Amino acid sequence: MADKEVTLMKGNEAIAHAAIRCGCDGYFGYPITPQSEVLETLAAEKPWETTGMVVLQAESEVASINMVYGGAATGKKVMTSSSSPGISLMQEGISYMAGAELPALIVNVSRGGPGLGTIQPSQADYFQTVKGGGHGDYRLITLAPASVQEMADFVDLAFELAFRYRNPAMILSDGAIGQMMEKVVLPPFKPRRTEEEIARECPWATTGRTGMRKPNIITSLELRSEEMEQNNLRIQAKYRVIEEKEVRYEEYMTEDAEYLIVAFGSAARIAKKVIAIAREQGIKVGLLRPITLWPFPTRKIAELGKKVKGILSLEINAGQMIEDIRLAVECNVPVKWYGRLGGIIPEPEEVVEEIKKMTR
Amino acid sequence: MTHEIIISGFGGQGVLSMGKILAYSGLMEDKEVTWMPAYGPEQRGGTANVTVIVSDDPVSSPILSSYDTAIVLNQPSLEKFESKVKPGGSLIYDGYGINKPPTRKDIHVYRIDAMDKAAEMNMIKVFNMMILGGLLKIHPIVSVESVLKALRKTLPERHHHLIPMNEDAIRMGMDIIREV
Repeated sequence: MADKEVTLMKGNEAIAHAAIRCGCDGYFGYPITPQSEVLETLAAEKPWETTGMVVLQAESEVASINMVYGGAATGKKVMTSSSSPGISLMQEGISYMAGAELPALIVNVSRGGPGLGTIQPSQADYFQTVKGGGHGDYRLITLAPASVQEMADFVDLAFELAFRYRNPAMILSDGAIGQMMEKVVLPPFKPRRTEEEIARECPWATTGRTGMRKPNIITSLELRSEEMEQNNLRIQAKYRVIEEKEVRYEEYMTEDAEYLIVAFGSAARIAKKVIAIAREQGIKVGLLRPITLWPFPTRKIAELGKKVKGILSLEINAGQMIEDIRLAVECNVPVKWYGRLGGIIPEPEEVVEEIKKMTR
Repeated sequence: MTHEIIISGFGGQGVLSMGKILAYSGLMEDKEVTWMPAYGPEQRGGTANVTVIVSDDPVSSPILSSYDTAIVLNQPSLEKFESKVKPGGSLIYDGYGINKPPTRKDIHVYRIDAMDKAAEMNMIKVFNMMILGGLLKIHPIVSVESVLKALRKTLPERHHHLIPMNEDAIRMGMDIIREV
């Protein structure tokens, strides 16, 4: 496939192609609907014959995430993908990686829960992703793509952020973005880093000790509480830097907006249609789409909150991000929630009705 | 110009692949396209539907409340989507799968007996391309040339000898679609 060619593919396929192209060293995963095309595409593309990337179907999600831990400890660019129930199984490993400060990419093409739930799209893993999921005081850098193009683009970006901050990063997508096909221009090919490059860029990695170098130890365990507090403080300081520097969002028709929708991922796509319909009916609505769910665009929402009469948090869940929006605006403006549950995606017209209720 | 279409029928009728070829044809004309399947545990014999949006502008929501055109290939699909056609929009149905025809008067209703024709001509495998031909007759969203280009691009080389049969099916569909 030529470098700049426009092609049509599913979001899940775009993740797989982008991983090969950005110089990913290894993928470890276990199939689950609606993300199985990631592993299927990798298997069909056979990158082990071209770039040398390892693609391995593990025996479970628990095994996958621990393989990712092992690969990341050696400074390799490694990833996994799954969907909600599978991501739940990975939480222990994710917490360990955050504690051991290991960079890796985890893709969640989420589906409706709780439990085994449904295979249809849902955004009900917001809390799990941005508030913890696993144990301990940690954060996941979280990117929320709203198109197939962003599925492709965010793979490289997520790796870049993960390595810059030595922290796992997640792409939080859903079945709609994973399963739909759209135009996409895949990122250009980047070669995998050589062992020398890894040793230079990741001096912390367990790349094999030579000469007098101090041994690198990758662990999240520290039984001395004083030391463990210092580890936590160092990690927290890193999180403050990420919150300062890495907030990403898209603003859409907010200049004259009297009402604001805050929505991410597929809900943000629906929001744009809602805005078109509402504006035809004379209601000035705008959209703030958080691209990073953590760090959350708190300041931007606070600023927009001062200009509008009301905010609608449009989420395909029972109302999770609304808590972060309310914290951002400190209750200075009414914030309402609308969403559908269990794999049902809200249709634009029903959201327009919610906006109308806010104007009354 | 934006055209929002739902194609719905039984699994195995080629609903999803027809939508895919339509989307790919749009891509051949540099249009913006989105193909959103109602994916699920459905298999042959179950229901299947796909939303295809072909537009000159970036596509917002891949999920819609109403459609410019609904193509329904069985009774449950008709019952589900007749009410969701925009006033003035189009509803295309295959006579074979429908025993209670549509009743709305504020939309254009077209009938295409593609299933019967395909069986008669021993062309069951390209039944969906007949339907696509019918759609392109009433709404030339993309050109037939672009469809053929899309087929050349998406079909593996070993199946390229089937492209003329697909073209025949498209032309046949254009021929047999009738406004009711």
